[in-house]
Amino acid sequence: MANAIAPRIPAQAGIQLKEKSMLINYLKLSLKILGRRKFFTFVSLFGIGFTLLVLTLAAAILDHIFSSYPPETRGDRTLVVDNVRMQGKDSMSTGPGGYALYDRYMRGIPGVERMSILSQPETVISYWKGARLKSLIKRTDADFFRILDFEFIEGGPFGEADVSEARFVAVINETTRAKFFGAGPALGQAIEADGQTFKVVGVVPDVPIFRLMATGDIYVPTTTAKSDEYKARLRGGFFALFLLRDKGAVESVQQEFKVRLGKIDLPPQFDRIYAVPETFFASFARLFIGDFQAEDAGGRLLAILLTAAALFMILPAVNLVNLNVSRALERASEIGVRRAFGASASDLLLQFLFENVVLSVVGGLLALVSSAALLALLNRSDLVPYAHFSLNWRIAAWGFAFALAFGVISGVWPAWRLSRLTPIQALAGGVK
Amino acid sequence: MSVPMIRLDNVEKVYRTDRIETVALSGVNLDIEEGEFVSIMGPSGCGKSTLMHLMGLLDAPSKGTISLGGAAVTDASDKALARLRNESIGFVFQSFHLIPDLSVLDNVEIPLLYRKAGASERRKAAEAALERVGLSARKHHFPSQLSGGQQQRVAIARAIVGKPRVLLADEPTGNLDSQMGDEIMAILQDLNTREKTTLVMVTHDPRQAEKTARTIRMFDGRRVN
Ligand SMILES: Nc1ncnc2c1ncn2[C@@H]1O[C@H](COP(=O)(O)OP(=O)(O)OP(=O)(O)O)[C@@H](O)[C@H]1O
Ligand SMILES: [Mg+2]
Repeated sequence: MANAIAPRIPAQAGIQLKEKSMLINYLKLSLKILGRRKFFTFVSLFGIGFTLLVLTLAAAILDHIFSSYPPETRGDRTLVVDNVRMQGKDSMSTGPGGYALYDRYMRGIPGVERMSILSQPETVISYWKGARLKSLIKRTDADFFRILDFEFIEGGPFGEADVSEARFVAVINETTRAKFFGAGPALGQAIEADGQTFKVVGVVPDVPIFRLMATGDIYVPTTTAKSDEYKARLRGGFFALFLLRDKGAVESVQQEFKVRLGKIDLPPQFDRIYAVPETFFASFARLFIGDFQAEDAGGRLLAILLTAAALFMILPAVNLVNLNVSRALERASEIGVRRAFGASASDLLLQFLFENVVLSVVGGLLALVSSAALLALLNRSDLVPYAHFSLNWRIAAWGFAFALAFGVISGVWPAWRLSRLTPIQALAGGVK
Repeated sequence: MSVPMIRLDNVEKVYRTDRIETVALSGVNLDIEEGEFVSIMGPSGCGKSTLMHLMGLLDAPSKGTISLGGAAVTDASDKALARLRNESIGFVFQSFHLIPDLSVLDNVEIPLLYRKAGASERRKAAEAALERVGLSARKHHFPSQLSGGQQQRVAIARAIVGKPRVLLADEPTGNLDSQMGDEIMAILQDLNTREKTTLVMVTHDPRQAEKTARTIRMFDGRRVN
């Protein structure tokens, strides 16, 4: 309809402003209102920011624990045996397997390219230039360095001959090199650990402690152990790594492993033995759920994590939606006033859109900055040895997108409903 | 005379709540000519505010038609109505309806926000309007920090800031002492005589009604004169 009353100052005449400055108007307006409603603004920012913070932190930590990066680059076709249980009528024995279990019974499984037997990391003490140094030692074989993919900083791994001849050679990590030799190179130097002296043949980067198979400060041949007793044991002290020829062989290898377990001569007090070769993730998951006989530990942990994440996101989302909706309703009379003085429904839509976008963006930035700071703090602290957490941008972006969507929909939708009413209905509080 | 500025044709307004139906207006016919200064009187609850809201395009009639400048607005789009409210009508609510989150100055600027006016232009116009109602000193206050009479003057400043051709004022002097009431009346008379603003005012005060050219009397939702 044309305006039958010619206005004195038509809205479209006067200074024709560019759309950009209209947007700046909306931005200023939303900052003004948010600044005036400090409590609501604070609660909203806290809700958005804290949710995103925890989400990005959790993502960074999980990513660091589970994603495939050196030395576990072949994680998709590597299986781990880290836990063995022997059971009888009156006795039970659970923990890492024994050297004999793997060495005597598990060599040459079809589909397995390489197998490595490695000891649990063990704390050893070194007396070095008057200082008492603590390190984690891992005794292993040559295939360990072929299954795991260490990027050697100095030298290289020890080989078959070193192991069979029981040579006192060692691969050490960067931190250990620094502890023993300061900044200088370590290759060819001697180090002392637990009363034994080893010649350093290689230096590797630090591996975080939760990469249980690969982590260690000093790696030496299994045969340098002080006694041969370990060679006869079925239970205790050792893990095994299996590198499969291709990842499709997982089930057949697990099947063959089970068959071979059945053929083991068990000590008289036991009649059954359990162990499953599984992926790094599944073995970690099993540790985490604490259920030794769980069929699909990896799947279960994943389900638990996803449920936790969903719950964690849903609760604050519902809260935020609630807060936003009630706030928009509370502002019914503001909407009525603006309508009475010429705001169209789309003007109001834009205003509320801006307010909610500003809130979400500021909340998201706060979360990003604080989670980056917290991760840096975690990395610098010794809480998780050798950990190097970094922000997962993809998760952060997804979290942000969700926060934005929830915030905007819950803030704008009720405002839009109210702006469809006549000004008087809105002024009366939104009742028709 | 030519086409009336405002025409109500057999207008009815019924409020429906859960169980009760209130007939606030029935069969109201009314013409207001351009440049007129009209007052509306009647007992409380007789439908004066309802009538004003309908003339201000703030609510929709249940029956009948409303025309502005000869054109029916009953079926106008939201955008068209918004533009009419913004460009052509200024409204003073009986209960002020200021936005508590905004300062006095920001409240007065509201009508200009929906015109493509620049920030400094808006500020200047709002300050002039506040000056006119004698409230310049309070421009950075918030509504909750003002007395009822001061809030009423802010509401008047907001209604006149956009220089509308029609000003609808629902008891604009209701909360003011007689001296302040006279000052506001003087402003309204000035708008009417000098700027040819069409003015409709609800009042309970016969003394103020006498200053207008015509008084419309209402009773129980109907015109009685
Ligand atoms: N939103 C509403 N819902 C239901 N009834 C309403 C509503 N608004 C007004 N009414 C009723 O409509 C009638 C007219 O009300 P209105 O506000 O127009 O009276 P008024 O003449 O302005 O009174 P006053 O002089 O007290 O301001 C009254 O009976 C009132 O109760
Ligand atoms: Mg009234």
